[in-house]
Amino acid sequence: MPDTTHAQDRMLKIVGTRPIRPDGVPKVTGIARYGADFSLPGMLWGKILRSPHPHARIRSIDTSRAQALPGVKAVMTAADIPDQKHEYVGPERTAVNFWHVTRNVMAREKALYEGHAIAAVAAVSKRIAEEALRLIEVDYEVLPHVIDVEEAMKPAAPLLFEDMITRGIEPPPAKPSNISKRLEFKLGNIAAGFADADEIVEHTYRTAPVHQGYIEPQACLARVDADGQAELWASSQGHFPIRTLTAKVLGMRVSDLRVYPTEIGGGFGGKNVPYVEPVALVLSRKSGHPVKIVMSREEVFKACGPAPGASMTIKLGLKKDGRIVAADGLFKFQAGAFPTSPVMNACMCGFAPYDIPNVRTTGYDVVCNRPKTAAYRAPGSPVSAYAVESTMDMAAVKLGMDPLKFRLMNIAKPGTPTVWGTKHTHEGYAQTIQALMKHPACSTPLAKNQGRGIASGYWFNNGGESSAAIHVNEDGTVLVATGSADLSGTRASLGMMAAETLGVPFDQVRPIVADTASIGYGHLAAGSRTIFATGIAVVDGCNKVIDDLKARAAKMWNVSVDDVVWQDGHAMYAKSDGKFEPLSLKAIAAKRATTGGPIVTEVSVNAGGVGPGFATILCDVEVDPETGSVKVLRFVTAQDVGRAIHPAYVEGQMQGAAAQGIGWALNEEYIYDDAGHLANAGFLDYRIPVASDLPRIDTVIVEVPNPSHPFGAKGVGEGCFVPSIAAVANAVSNAIGRRMDDLPMSPPKVLRAIKNPNA
Amino acid sequence: MARHHVRARVNGDPVEFLCDTDQTLLDVLRDELALTGTKEGCSTGDCGACSVTIDGRLTCSCLVLGVELEGKSIETVEGMAKGETLHPLQRKFLEHAALQCGYCTPGILIAARALLERNPDPSETEVRFWLAGNLCRCTGYHKIVDAVLDAARDMRRPANA
Amino acid sequence: MTEMRYEAPDTLDKAVALLAAANGQARVLAGGTDLVLQIRSGRVQPGLLVDIKRIPEMTAIVADNGAFRFGAAVTGMELLEHAALARAWPGVIDGVKLIGSIQVKGRATVGGNVCNASPAADSVPALIAAGAIANILGPGGKRECRIEDVLAGPGKTSLAPGEIITSFALPRRLPRSASAYLRFTPRTEMDIAVVGAGVYLALDDKGICTDARVALGAVAERALLVREAAAALIGTKVDAAALARMAAAASAACRPIDDKRGTKAFRIEIAGVMARRAAEIALARARENH
Repeated sequence: MPDTTHAQDRMLKIVGTRPIRPDGVPKVTGIARYGADFSLPGMLWGKILRSPHPHARIRSIDTSRAQALPGVKAVMTAADIPDQKHEYVGPERTAVNFWHVTRNVMAREKALYEGHAIAAVAAVSKRIAEEALRLIEVDYEVLPHVIDVEEAMKPAAPLLFEDMITRGIEPPPAKPSNISKRLEFKLGNIAAGFADADEIVEHTYRTAPVHQGYIEPQACLARVDADGQAELWASSQGHFPIRTLTAKVLGMRVSDLRVYPTEIGGGFGGKNVPYVEPVALVLSRKSGHPVKIVMSREEVFKACGPAPGASMTIKLGLKKDGRIVAADGLFKFQAGAFPTSPVMNACMCGFAPYDIPNVRTTGYDVVCNRPKTAAYRAPGSPVSAYAVESTMDMAAVKLGMDPLKFRLMNIAKPGTPTVWGTKHTHEGYAQTIQALMKHPACSTPLAKNQGRGIASGYWFNNGGESSAAIHVNEDGTVLVATGSADLSGTRASLGMMAAETLGVPFDQVRPIVADTASIGYGHLAAGSRTIFATGIAVVDGCNKVIDDLKARAAKMWNVSVDDVVWQDGHAMYAKSDGKFEPLSLKAIAAKRATTGGPIVTEVSVNAGGVGPGFATILCDVEVDPETGSVKVLRFVTAQDVGRAIHPAYVEGQMQGAAAQGIGWALNEEYIYDDAGHLANAGFLDYRIPVASDLPRIDTVIVEVPNPSHPFGAKGVGEGCFVPSIAAVANAVSNAIGRRMDDLPMSPPKVLRAIKNPNA
Repeated sequence: MARHHVRARVNGDPVEFLCDTDQTLLDVLRDELALTGTKEGCSTGDCGACSVTIDGRLTCSCLVLGVELEGKSIETVEGMAKGETLHPLQRKFLEHAALQCGYCTPGILIAARALLERNPDPSETEVRFWLAGNLCRCTGYHKIVDAVLDAARDMRRPANA
Repeated sequence: MTEMRYEAPDTLDKAVALLAAANGQARVLAGGTDLVLQIRSGRVQPGLLVDIKRIPEMTAIVADNGAFRFGAAVTGMELLEHAALARAWPGVIDGVKLIGSIQVKGRATVGGNVCNASPAADSVPALIAAGAIANILGPGGKRECRIEDVLAGPGKTSLAPGEIITSFALPRRLPRSASAYLRFTPRTEMDIAVVGAGVYLALDDKGICTDARVALGAVAERALLVREAAAALIGTKVDAAALARMAAAASAACRPIDDKRGTKAFRIEIAGVMARRAAEIALARARENH
């Protein structure tokens, strides 16, 4: 059980400070190794052949000429991996269907998007591998395609799956469609709610698909021995889930696949699932050599999962005094080529910040000829927040209320019901609004052509399975090992929590990320769960080690363990002063052989008591009325993080989220031509913010502790992202006096809105 | 066709390598010389992750052919520290937490060093425009800019001249 | 690409000879910031690369009594760092400054920017407005050509087979004259111009415009020298009314396409705005110059 009460009350020496991360020097000297940085003797280069068509039946694949090319050592297609049963497994919100997973790894009956993997080769050089791809002959029957979500929902739309009957509709539809699922959540009675309203505000919004934009393309190195045991160095957000998913797809025993976590160059949810790993393993098995696959940037855009584009309608019923009495949200999300977009998250999170007695949210998960969506930072919630918070802005204007006060009046509190049936249990939402109200930016006057946008947003955060091992080394230093991939400094924060718990200096603790054969199961570094769940495991483990250290001291002193306390990194005899000198970890470790052997422990948790993420953002922009160009002047994020373990990394999360939100709001989108080909599969025309595009980003760390975490932490990475797009959209809308309801707000759109205010 | 035999200097040391005509300096550094500190982000000159200097000139190594390096002097991130002594930029990046995933960091360090060699007292705006060719997706650039300005201050102090 | 040869001649004559012997299968390698990408993507597959960076005339910047001549392989950064050239022709520097990133400018050359012939190339409208001339050498000997006549279409120049641009000449700038270049892009840096506008104007001692050149990029199949836009300024005090007429003429001259970087309608509208703003900068600079 985590020691929750004491930690929050006592003075903290390490948690809340800003030590240098232990993995920092390798990263600034170029020594740290990411997925593409590993090599083995005899290594081959793997390359993947991808469909040039957005939708096509695959009649045949002839790899014989590729196989015959000198230097080619292995060729594979989907025939080399077992098929999977068509069934959804796991909890509804995160259900997986391996029939889809395996087909996304490598196509079978159909190519369902431009970039869909069709076959792969391994050769002695990159050049020969590329040449071999050109020699693979695929007989495609090109089919009509559909990409836009509204188009894909139409009855006459080309079908991706001829037998797809929409789930979630009773009775089930008679005809197949591209609608994989319909969801509905209800609270209260919205008909009555809207009837009771004094004012109604309603609007429809569109967003385009966007990419997480991590700078490191997916990469891995795989090695399969003749007896089927395999090693995989992969850059991912979770080597354990990658192992699970990859082993299942390949029909391998989990124990035969050892996955080493390389450093990872950004993920944001996009590296939660395997892409190149199963392919590299099969090529290695077939060739008898290690195989390295590194995706090109173009492949990353064309074949790795983006966030969904959406069509949404929000309706709010308001009383004159500012209370929201009814809310109705309709969310149509692109899932990409295979089902399960995060539309369920959108349905749940959209109105979650508010206490509204009558709520309905309806979601449609729609397949279309685009890469299958993957998670992107609070998946679904930033998109629904854009629609909901824009409508909240319209409501505040209609009521003549300040947007922060309007939100504060309606904010959810502990006890407020959610639309999915539970009740909010945590404080913190109101505090972020109040913090922003006090911020000087709030009272900074605006000049001509400038506008201010406010938005709030909610994210579940996550708990789940994490393991931690604590070893006291013979010299009193400590190893803290977990299986949580470190994307942004979490191993430093985990080390800080361990050092704080043990009462030793931070640099006496060495935190590492251990591979799948060296530590117990750890779930993804995603969902904003690492500091929370893995932190609990680490502190749990340290507390167990402290119990062990006290027992060793008791043995050394020949006293009852009940008379030993642990304080400031030392065992102390509780009874009288001076009888026994305090014992350090080093002193106790020196005698470990005679007191019971090595001082190690490993713990696993399935962490509950998650504290949700919540943030409120203020964004000021200036619009150039002659060109529609938008400049972000000011950006302030106030987020309740429970407790900032390492404030610099907490600030960093909020600042990075701001940049991604600004990019999504103003510039980023997948641009398809009429033939379904991606026109901007590179960083030139898929425009993410550069340093000169952004202002300084102000952060306000609000701390309303989560009692379920030993230091009160809630997740950070996603809550701060949820309202970022909406804040920018509200700012632009207020600058030009026209609701911007179609993302991204690129200059031509803004200019058109300025020139046609009544359209 | 036979590969080109190129002699150059990398981080002050003489090197020799073989390359095909169409192999870039990035390919050579990573695949022939096993210097993987320089990263591949896009290979089209749009992200700056592969930044190096050639004869002191900041450039994207993905846009230079290996064969063009005959007689040239290349500096990569692996050469920034002197033994155990980190360059002030490296130190300041760690102090300011100016890296999260660290993937863009080598390119940004090389680019920032090139800026400070040319302009030891840049404004924040000058830093941002100079670094516009280095994409970062994690940090929002805020702490990167702070680290560069702080390193510049540090390097301007007389003891460090 | 294993068959692609590489040569690095050290004289102009050797370079011309190599190109002639290659019979259309060779490409000139200067900065490589376009060519390397085209080779890697398979868009071009030359049998021979002729690297011109070892040729002294190609990499020299020469100031001659207020006029300038810079080699076709001078890098963007070298041009930006040339204080005298930047003082005389800030408009040209405005354009060069916007090519890619600092990294790209560390290799990219005006020769490449011109000969790659993207309709959106940033140095081109600035050079056209400045009245720059390309010095060309080929199997038939030397010739000169105005920049606006070098560009022929997307990816096309008017150079004959075997011809190569060796340098660019900028005239001596008149007193009370100046140039400026502006472009519109969604981000502050790193984008290809949606519209580019280069303006040169010269004033007499009463502040009347005696000469002007207005060039637009990214609004047609090649950069345009818009005589009607210049005519709207000549003989005026370059006041708001004249600038508005110039902007209208600039917009009217556009024949842009819809592409992923901008729509026809947007480009036409913005062309006028950018031309006017570039003219305002050139005007302010001209008034300061003597």
